[in-house]
Amino acid sequence: MAENSNNKRRDFLQLSTVTIGAVGTAAFIWPFLKSMNPAEDTIALGTTEVDVSQIEEGQSITVKWRGKPVFIRKRTKDEIDEAKTVNMSDLKDPEEDVDRVKKDEWLVLVGVCTHLGCVPLGQKLTDSKGEYNGWYCPCHGSHYDTSGRIRKGPAPENLAVPPYSFLNDTTIKIG
Amino acid sequence: MSGNSEPRKYKNPVLNWIEFRLPIISYFEKEYGDYPMPKNCNYFWSFGALATITLVTMIVSGIFLAMNYTPHTEMAFDSVERIMRDVNYGWLLRYIHSNGAAFFFIIVYIHIVRGMYYGSYKYPRELNWILGVFIYLLMMATSFLGYTLPWGQMSYWGATVITNLFSAIPFIGEGLKTWLLGDYTVGNATLNRFFALHYVLPFVIFGIVGLHVAAVHVHGSNNPAGIDIRSKNDTVNFFPYMLIKDTIAVCVFGVLISAVIFFGPNLMAEVDNYIPADPLVTPAHIVPNWYLAPFYAILRAVPDKLGGVALMFGAIAILFVLPWLDTSKVRSCNFRPMYKWFMMLFFVNFFVLGYVGMLPAEGLYLLIARVGLVYYFGFFLILTPFIGWIEKPKTLPLSISDVYLGGGKQSPLTASQKEIH
Ligand code: HEM
Ligand code: FES
Repeated sequence: MAENSNNKRRDFLQLSTVTIGAVGTAAFIWPFLKSMNPAEDTIALGTTEVDVSQIEEGQSITVKWRGKPVFIRKRTKDEIDEAKTVNMSDLKDPEEDVDRVKKDEWLVLVGVCTHLGCVPLGQKLTDSKGEYNGWYCPCHGSHYDTSGRIRKGPAPENLAVPPYSFLNDTTIKIG
Repeated sequence: MSGNSEPRKYKNPVLNWIEFRLPIISYFEKEYGDYPMPKNCNYFWSFGALATITLVTMIVSGIFLAMNYTPHTEMAFDSVERIMRDVNYGWLLRYIHSNGAAFFFIIVYIHIVRGMYYGSYKYPRELNWILGVFIYLLMMATSFLGYTLPWGQMSYWGATVITNLFSAIPFIGEGLKTWLLGDYTVGNATLNRFFALHYVLPFVIFGIVGLHVAAVHVHGSNNPAGIDIRSKNDTVNFFPYMLIKDTIAVCVFGVLISAVIFFGPNLMAEVDNYIPADPLVTPAHIVPNWYLAPFYAILRAVPDKLGGVALMFGAIAILFVLPWLDTSKVRSCNFRPMYKWFMMLFFVNFFVLGYVGMLPAEGLYLLIARVGLVYYFGFFLILTPFIGWIEKPKTLPLSISDVYLGGGKQSPLTASQKEIH
């Protein structure tokens, strides 16, 4: 009997030692792993203000936000119509155009292909805009439409819309 | 002072003194002096030594490059150009390092081909093979990290595309990617940590190479006949025979790599990497280093993001289980009349995958990549187990010495064959 209860006490001691050791090790490793996440100053670089008064209809500009390119496009009437009349069942990542813009003529997108992160072509007038008249990623051939939605190719999602707001009619704050 | 009863093993008193306190002298004597090598080993068996020497060369040239390199996005590209133009012999250090990486892969690929063709991965060398695949993985990681350091267009976009592979993992992918980069895109935090890791991983590789070699030495080296050592007649001592042979191999290798370093140092380089990194413009055509290209071809052959990533990593992971996929008891393909040809085709296929991996993924190239992908996995998962069952191997020689006496033609299923489990 005494033998048995001794064994139980040993088991308990062993188990609690191992547990405390494991928790302690995990607690020790945590700060090291955490230190690899973006630092406070990197997170803080989060907003960019852009003056869009100079952009003509049909033109785009690229600005930098959090190190990434952001596309700002003043869409033409045709482009807006094209974006609005798409059948949802034709889309890989279905999303209405109204949910992707704040004002119809202004399309603001993170210019990073959702496949493996290349910057799609289509910003310059001479660029290929792909089969859907929006953007075309040359890395592995993804085509985006005039709302920045993925239509063809390996990319799984639409070009992301960053958080932004209009400070006034000609200034956009991204972030 | 008194009672000095240390055994006198060596004439040299210093060696004796050390040996008594740390028996490292006898260790080296045993492992690299008297170590018995099968006497039928051909020059394929020199590639392990070549790989070790290249690893040391990479570490030495890397440390000297690091003395002049600056891991900062604003300065990295210029610091490498300064190494090329202003640092004394900096161009030589860099060309040794960049071409050395390419040659390192050539050597290791030949070393792996040797292991596959002669069945060195089989019992009792499975762990040895596994350690080798780990080394190969770490080499790929190291050279990917190193390729980011010059901070040219290919550095930047290569790093972007490869780190984005992780974002394909469901749920945790995006967070994992940010954690790896230390930023939302490849940035200064990324460059800094890549340099830190690029500095340390080669030393980790060095340690694993030590285990890898120690593991071979336990059961001895395999040989072109793939049969076990049966007596002293089957072997020669490493010193001086194999050392001399390896030295000749090193000399030939030295001539080849020097020819490239001095006469075609940019043959294997991508011109776009001489353009400084620009986070807003992707080069029209992103090409991986040729030695990673077969896996890149597999990635792009699959029209689905997660699927492509899974198969790419799967293509590497499958190497780990090769010893258990192969059901044949015969090691060397010299005695496997069917498997031999599928093995050769596998090597050709890998080469073709690498070739299309560097071309745009469209039309015919894409089709070739898909066929190549099917053969790659089919070879491991179907052909390798299946042929092991149905193939009738040729008669193995009785012993290694027998190879030289025209052996292997008399008795079917000899003792040495049964010995291989
Ligand atoms: C397994 C061994 C190693 C491999 C395969 C390797 C591979 C590479 C590669 C492919 C590059 C890019 C070369 C270029 O295109 O310019 C590179 C650059 C670099 N490596 Fe390594 N490396 C190794 C070991 C080391 C070590 C031990 C150090 C020590 C710190 C080091 C320091 C550097 C530096 C400073 C650069 C940037 C300068 C440059 O681009 O030439 N490397 N490495
Ligand atoms: S990164 Fe755009 S298609 Fe692959």
